[in-house]
Amino acid sequence: MAQRQTGPIPPRAGVGLKPQHYRDILDAEPDIGWFEIHAENYMGEGGPPHAYLTAVRERYPLSLHGVGLSIGGSGPLDKDHLARLKALADRYEPALFSEHLAWSSHDTVYLNDLLPLPYTEATLATVCGHIDEVQEALGRQMLLENPSTYVAFAATSMSEVEFLREIVRRTGCGLLLDVNNVFVQAANHGFDAAAYVDGFPAEHVGEIHLGGHAEDADDDGSALLIDDHGREVADPVWALYARALARTGPTPTLIEWDNDVPAWATLFAEARRADAVIADTVWSDALSADQHGSCVAV
Amino acid sequence: MPGPSELEADFARAVLDAKADVPAPLVREAPGVPARRFGVYRNNVYASLIDALAARFPVTARLVGDAFFRAMARAYAETAPPNSPVLLRYGMGFADFIASFPPAGPVPYLADVARLEWAWHAAYHAADAAPLPLEALAEAVGDAASATLTLHPTLHVVRSVYPVITIWHLAAREGEDEPARIPADGEDALVVRPKLDVEVRRLPAGGAAFVLALKSGACLEQAAEQAAQEVAGFDLEANLAGLVVSGAIVGVGAEP
Ligand SMILES: [Fe+2]
Repeated sequence: MAQRQTGPIPPRAGVGLKPQHYRDILDAEPDIGWFEIHAENYMGEGGPPHAYLTAVRERYPLSLHGVGLSIGGSGPLDKDHLARLKALADRYEPALFSEHLAWSSHDTVYLNDLLPLPYTEATLATVCGHIDEVQEALGRQMLLENPSTYVAFAATSMSEVEFLREIVRRTGCGLLLDVNNVFVQAANHGFDAAAYVDGFPAEHVGEIHLGGHAEDADDDGSALLIDDHGREVADPVWALYARALARTGPTPTLIEWDNDVPAWATLFAEARRADAVIADTVWSDALSADQHGSCVAV
Repeated sequence: MPGPSELEADFARAVLDAKADVPAPLVREAPGVPARRFGVYRNNVYASLIDALAARFPVTARLVGDAFFRAMARAYAETAPPNSPVLLRYGMGFADFIASFPPAGPVPYLADVARLEWAWHAAYHAADAAPLPLEALAEAVGDAASATLTLHPTLHVVRSVYPVITIWHLAAREGEDEPARIPADGEDALVVRPKLDVEVRRLPAGGAAFVLALKSGACLEQAAEQAAQEVAGFDLEANLAGLVVSGAIVGVGAEP
């Protein structure tokens, strides 16, 4: 049996692990940097999901991505859910753990979507308290992901980037930069996606997400983008990704394709494309260092 | 200005109820925009729950068609939204809901097919355990009619007055043109996952009562007596052997 890898996630492309691809992955052992799972899909007691995940984990590094903790919720965190996450993290030793700046539960109802919150002093304090609790319970740093949203709140008193910066300062968590979410939000709320990326605290980014979005329209005919993770990454999102990478340096990058999951080869091709962008970033750094004369040509 | 928890309560209520007003504290950028935008969340929540149910109850969906199934799943989600972020647990009450959903009345076996699919799903995700081989069972039980059995943690029994297994099989392989021979009698299903694959078997007469009695802690003798109330000449040995080859037994304990 192969030795389980326990080091950090390599600064390469990874993909979301899907049941449709278990056999493709174990049979061919493709050259891919890592896999990410949605934690909640592995909260059953046993069965094929755990058997396959165990086999995949023996061969690849793993990132654990929670979708149901409701960190942005106004109420207390679900202690049972936190305990389930801890058990999963202990069992599979993921190199990264991430969750969302969003809420999904209210009272006893779980809404199964990542819902938005206003950015205020009050919500900032609540979110920071929740992140402290998660990091304490898991005994590790977590990454917080920027959301895609469709509405804005009148109560919001600071920008999302300011809000995230302050969370990082107070809690010591890292950030997961979802470039598609930035693109979707910029279109929906009419801000400049490049400026958002340029202002993002790049030094705290531990992972990047790249996913597909659908195009819809508002009642007035203007574009409304939906973050559906159901197709290829759009070309302008690839461009925004290159811009982000130029600031963060080579960073583990996930291809998110959760709906209408394609054949393995299609998903793998998207990962190769992200790897190529990462390689380009490394080379353009080297070239610009050359131009600036930090290396003397002989 | 409402506080964060009232804002969240308003938002959640309006997401779940399509007829509710869009929460006022959203920025109104242009006429119609907040309602259209808020509709994205309403759609996401229900579409994702309906998709989860469709993936969990594929044969139920096939029996009634996509449009009917989605409307029925939506009605269920409106009545009983999930109460845990572990969505694997969602849908346990769906079969009971179908049984009391008047539009599904013309398909009287639909709820039992959903019960069978839920049992399949639950067995798929339940705890793993190694079945007891025949020799080990024979050695431990011997002739002791007072022995109790520990059944596999994935084991479920689905009883139906309809031929639920036959219907499930036929609907699952729709498109193959083999003439359908549907028995007139009801069928009881044993659902168990001894290793990685979930297996669905038809239980003989009295078999369901026998397994359910064992599951509730009855010893072999008591369980056989209960089965014999349903069918004269219940064959304990044959039923026990059937359970063993199905991998349904994981342990033996003797009554003191
Ligand atoms: Fe993401």
